Amino acid sequence: MTTLTRGPEAKSLPAPAPASGRRGRALTITLFVLPALVLFLLLVVAPILVAFYASAFRWNGFGGLPTTFIGFDNFTRLFSTEIFRRDLWHLLVLVLLSLCVQLPLSLGIALLLHQRIRGRAVYRLVFFAPYVLSEVITGVLFSLILAPDAGMANQVLALFGADSDWLADPDTVMPSLFLVMTWKYFGFHMMILLAGRQNIPDELVEAAQIDGASGWKTFRYVTLPLLGPTIRISVFLSVIYTIQLFDLVWILTQGGPSHSSETMAVTMFEWGFKRSQVGYASAISVVMFVLSLIFALFYQRFVMRRDLEGATTSIGGRR
Amino acid sequence: MTRGKKQTPRRNTLPLHLVAWLVGAFVLIPVIYATLGGFKRNSELSTNPFGLPSSWETGNYTEVLASQSFWLQLWNSTFIAVVTTVLTVGVAALAGFVFARFAFRGREALFTLFTAGLMFPFAVAILPIFVLLRALGLLGDPLGVILVQAAFGLPLTIIILRGFFRSIPGEIEEAAIIDGCSPFGFFWRILLPMAKPAIATVSVLAVVGSWNNFMLPLVVFTEEANWTLPLGIQQFQGQYASDTARILAYLVLAMIPALGFYAVAERHLVGGLTAGATKG
Repeated sequence: MTTLTRGPEAKSLPAPAPASGRRGRALTITLFVLPALVLFLLLVVAPILVAFYASAFRWNGFGGLPTTFIGFDNFTRLFSTEIFRRDLWHLLVLVLLSLCVQLPLSLGIALLLHQRIRGRAVYRLVFFAPYVLSEVITGVLFSLILAPDAGMANQVLALFGADSDWLADPDTVMPSLFLVMTWKYFGFHMMILLAGRQNIPDELVEAAQIDGASGWKTFRYVTLPLLGPTIRISVFLSVIYTIQLFDLVWILTQGGPSHSSETMAVTMFEWGFKRSQVGYASAISVVMFVLSLIFALFYQRFVMRRDLEGATTSIGGRR
Repeated sequence: MTRGKKQTPRRNTLPLHLVAWLVGAFVLIPVIYATLGGFKRNSELSTNPFGLPSSWETGNYTEVLASQSFWLQLWNSTFIAVVTTVLTVGVAALAGFVFARFAFRGREALFTLFTAGLMFPFAVAILPIFVLLRALGLLGDPLGVILVQAAFGLPLTIIILRGFFRSIPGEIEEAAIIDGCSPFGFFWRILLPMAKPAIATVSVLAVVGSWNNFMLPLVVFTEEANWTLPLGIQQFQGQYASDTARILAYLVLAMIPALGFYAVAERHLVGGLTAGATKG
């Protein structure tokens, strides 16, 4: 028998089949990992590297590899455009709205459904259902509901003598888009937060109540800190998702009216697929990638790090 | 009334129910509007948007159901989702098995590479993927969509399966090896059957991801014969722009497979999302 390399779970490692020996083991490892590795390197890693490479060229995407090297020109051009600055602004707006409106809503509903109220299983099922419907179904459905004339939303408003252009007015298009995002995604965050809440022992909450803490104080000093790790994951997913938001916007507005709801992914798609400026569009992809990466690294370094120290310590940390 | 069992103190849950009803209305009204709207005439949609249809027009639904394109899109979506899932889960299970139960140099580095894939936005890769698929002659080929979806599905699937494979005691493996099982035999005949719950979870995630994908099929498929449901819906909306009732009927019929699947697989979906989220 060959000796095993020591690893973290060396005790659970098998002795290799006697007949095949060390070479057989190496062969097994290679054969088992290779399909995943090839698929992943070829279709995930390589394309992202190619995007970096192509972003330094003027290239229409045809004829083998790009040849007209222009260095950082695509990026300087990109950063000087009004549209791209507005993309960044839209990203910021949607992230802030998600964190300040959608997340508290999801948290509130998660806590609500943690209560033993009758029918909570049904509520849970219903609230999560939109998450299963595709972005296209959601988008088309709401483009009909928010349609200017006969749309349901305006017919409701008409009862109060009001109306809105929803997706057609640059001032209301972002809130409208956010409304649709909330419809589709609050259930997802609710589900994660509910799972997080269910991992908190009820005894801790009860103990606080027995000690005379009010509902708000129990929430503020017990539930909320203990939910910290889950909330931070929810925030993380929200931001990463918003950076690459495409489907919903494409279906609802295609970024309009006059770029007032455009996201980076939509701009990238326009230039890459509609105008065949693949080099320029790749520069947008690279910015999306770098933003995601920087955010992820900083977030894990400075925000999620606390989760490693154990959630309970953060209770003691607060006065 | 609805007082809980032991620990919830006696109190009025009416406000809680009111909030739950309000949220429920927010979620359900659009869907109910679409379902009823499909039974209305277009003219009635603007005169009577909320009420029941004055005469239940089934034409919108039956015409969609009688159209070949709807069934073709349903088939395309199903085919692509099933093959994607089998490929993703199959390939990820093999890799997850090795990452979980073999020690070798570079294992952690390799595993970290895969986990980093979780953070790679799909939109970043779409342009080079398009160029690559064109070079490989896979544009307009379902295989192009399937391979890319599988590749991007690998990170989460490998993470979840590896976690599960690690939790199966080593003694079982030792016993199997002593009884003359090869590594693949152990994997195939013992580990996979034991991992059924985890396999179900990652499969459900893969199906839903594939079913809802829009961007990739949008750039890969130009021929109508290849369209998946999301593409079909988008095109249908463009084609019948003024025929709202008909679009609503199409939407509702397209929701049914997704919601049906959700009803059956809800537990696995939620389990997968919460497991995936906390590990991502």
